[in-house]
Amino acid sequence: MTPDKRMKGSQALVAALEHEGCEVMFGFPGGVAIPFYDALYDAKKLRHVLVRHEQGAAHAADGYARATGKVGVCTSTSGPGATNLVTGIATAYLDSSPLVAITWQVRSDLIGTDAFQEADITGITLPIVKHSYLVKSTAELPQVVHEAFHIASTGRPGPVVIDVPVDIALGELVYHDADTLDLPGYRPTFKGHIKQIRAAAKAINEAQRPVLYLGGGVIASEAAPEILRLAELRRLPVVTTLMGLGAFPETHELSMGMLGMHGTVTANYAVHECDLLINIGARFDDRVTGKLKAFAPHARIIHADVDPAEIGKNVSPLIPIVGDAKHVAAGLIKELEGMEWPAERTAEWLARIAVRKDEFPLHYEDPKDGKLAPQLVIQEIDRITDHDAIVCTDVGQHQMWATQYYTYRYPRQFISSGGLGTMGFGLPASIGAKIGHPDRTVVDISGDGGFQMTMQELATAVSYDVPVVVCILNNGYLGMVRQWQDLFWNKRYSFTCIEAQPDFKMLAEAFGAVGLLVTEKGEIEPALREALGCGRPAVIDFRTSPEENVFPMVPAGSEITEMIGGHGRQGRKS
Amino acid sequence: MKHTLSILVENKPGVLTRIAGLFARRGFNIESLAVGLSEDPKLSRVTIVIDGDEHPVDQVTKQLHKLINVLKIRDLEPGNAVSAELLLVRVAGEGDKRTEALQIAEIFKAKIVDVDRRAITLRVVGTNDKLQALLELLQPLGVLEVVRTGTIAMGRGRG
Repeated sequence: MTPDKRMKGSQALVAALEHEGCEVMFGFPGGVAIPFYDALYDAKKLRHVLVRHEQGAAHAADGYARATGKVGVCTSTSGPGATNLVTGIATAYLDSSPLVAITWQVRSDLIGTDAFQEADITGITLPIVKHSYLVKSTAELPQVVHEAFHIASTGRPGPVVIDVPVDIALGELVYHDADTLDLPGYRPTFKGHIKQIRAAAKAINEAQRPVLYLGGGVIASEAAPEILRLAELRRLPVVTTLMGLGAFPETHELSMGMLGMHGTVTANYAVHECDLLINIGARFDDRVTGKLKAFAPHARIIHADVDPAEIGKNVSPLIPIVGDAKHVAAGLIKELEGMEWPAERTAEWLARIAVRKDEFPLHYEDPKDGKLAPQLVIQEIDRITDHDAIVCTDVGQHQMWATQYYTYRYPRQFISSGGLGTMGFGLPASIGAKIGHPDRTVVDISGDGGFQMTMQELATAVSYDVPVVVCILNNGYLGMVRQWQDLFWNKRYSFTCIEAQPDFKMLAEAFGAVGLLVTEKGEIEPALREALGCGRPAVIDFRTSPEENVFPMVPAGSEITEMIGGHGRQGRKS
Repeated sequence: MKHTLSILVENKPGVLTRIAGLFARRGFNIESLAVGLSEDPKLSRVTIVIDGDEHPVDQVTKQLHKLINVLKIRDLEPGNAVSAELLLVRVAGEGDKRTEALQIAEIFKAKIVDVDRRAITLRVVGTNDKLQALLELLQPLGVLEVVRTGTIAMGRGRG
């Protein structure tokens, strides 16, 4: 507790952040941010990490939030500093990540005059925030911070922007910790309605071909233990979304992996054939459902989500439940424990899934050009980190291979921009994740395209001694776009070939990080061991086969059973 | 189908922008919008009339609920609500036309709030339909300017 005392707004903001338990924030100063940075200079508990570009600050805060479950905090100056945060804020919004972005603003009396470095950031971010504040008085700062943290981290989490004119930082107040909330319009529903839960439990108990479909909501509400219990109680086969990876251990026999565009054959067919689809904390995204009308055509649908606006948005469920995954799963367990259930009810279904899993594993062939198979690189990362690393990614082919070939065992292990699909997310997010979990191995799996979007953050990793390992699957292409051009655009590779590529090994060394180049299979393991063991930020440039594609693939807008490359062991079509 | 949404919001800066932005992002055209203080000075009441099918209106309502400053939303059914709108209309009118305009004003219980040699200005309160009917009758006489407040509405019965 900070004793009540007279202080400046800038100092009050530091005190308020510390009061909310904020240990670290990521930012970049500028003209109107100077008073706050002056206060940060004396901060005792709150650590500030100087990034090299504000986008890096937002992604690092987001990565920290996703890895720890705590609120991530970033800050920037007004105008260009604030607009550089926008991509990061949108990324957090689409993936429901708890982020508080403090942007500094020109003096209150200059707002609206096109002052130097003025941008209407609350206006710009309006469609991509859960809520935002333009602070009007120094006195309200502690309360605003308290509310912002509460809003960002509860219900369906999301980003909150606090825009603070510089005169607010310079003004004085008598500081009190803010501990009460005045948010009459904000009351998230956590506990599902008991009638709905009973109806859902009955449906689960009666189902002959159930599938449990898990999304990021399971991770956000820390519901993994309840979900595991629920799945085991009625032997429910499980599929997860990209955001749900880690919500259920992939080593478990009931796991069918990820569903959707690059999901497994087993997962997509199970969803197609099931008679009951139990969606907990996922949102029927188009990358999951493919052609909506043909999605889960035989299934009764249960949809549990903490956000009522998600229910009925894309799919009208038979049994909607407004509540968070943790409460809903616990409620279902309680109901199901009191019901009779013969295990033979789903035996045939489980057997069918087991056969399919065996017949249609993810697979790839060794590239004919003698270059590395990107899938093999991921498998090796998986093996050498013992399925235990926190894996961050950029967006594209490497991201999909990272979902397919790394084995996720627990929540918050996979950190990726799912909704917005932000290239350049991986490296800064991995720095945030590593700062949140200094004792854990953190690997950033990236592509040569995405890495170059935020690679300046290597300097951040080096200067704060944050030993993340960046694995670049370098195929010299913007691979996912090239793949679509290959499959659907007559191989017209319009501007997807990156012709002038930096030497990533030398680049890493120039930043003061360890740089390694891997071109042969036999070099993968030694390079990974060196990078993981050196205790410094490291970059490994894996030269992978340029025209390798991600399979299986459901073309956008197709039924999820229409998979390209979804053939089985003997080349049999599923 | 037309929907009249009555939205109770915190009386804070920027709230209207958030609400209007939400409708715009989802492709709704706001037909009318009226905002004013409610019975509690800390809260304002917004009445929005939009045209849209059941599903999109339901979605936008749910999204509105997510706005932190929004406390309550009611989709008012026409049969179960009272509504009114205020209209100011300036009608060209000399000689016979003026007489006719005054007769129409009488029928619609419109007040004459301004007169000059060439025109009269009427003020009238009523439902959207009633105002529409009035305007149609005045049209042949020469409607020079129209200003409307947008519908305000309240559910029947409940406090």
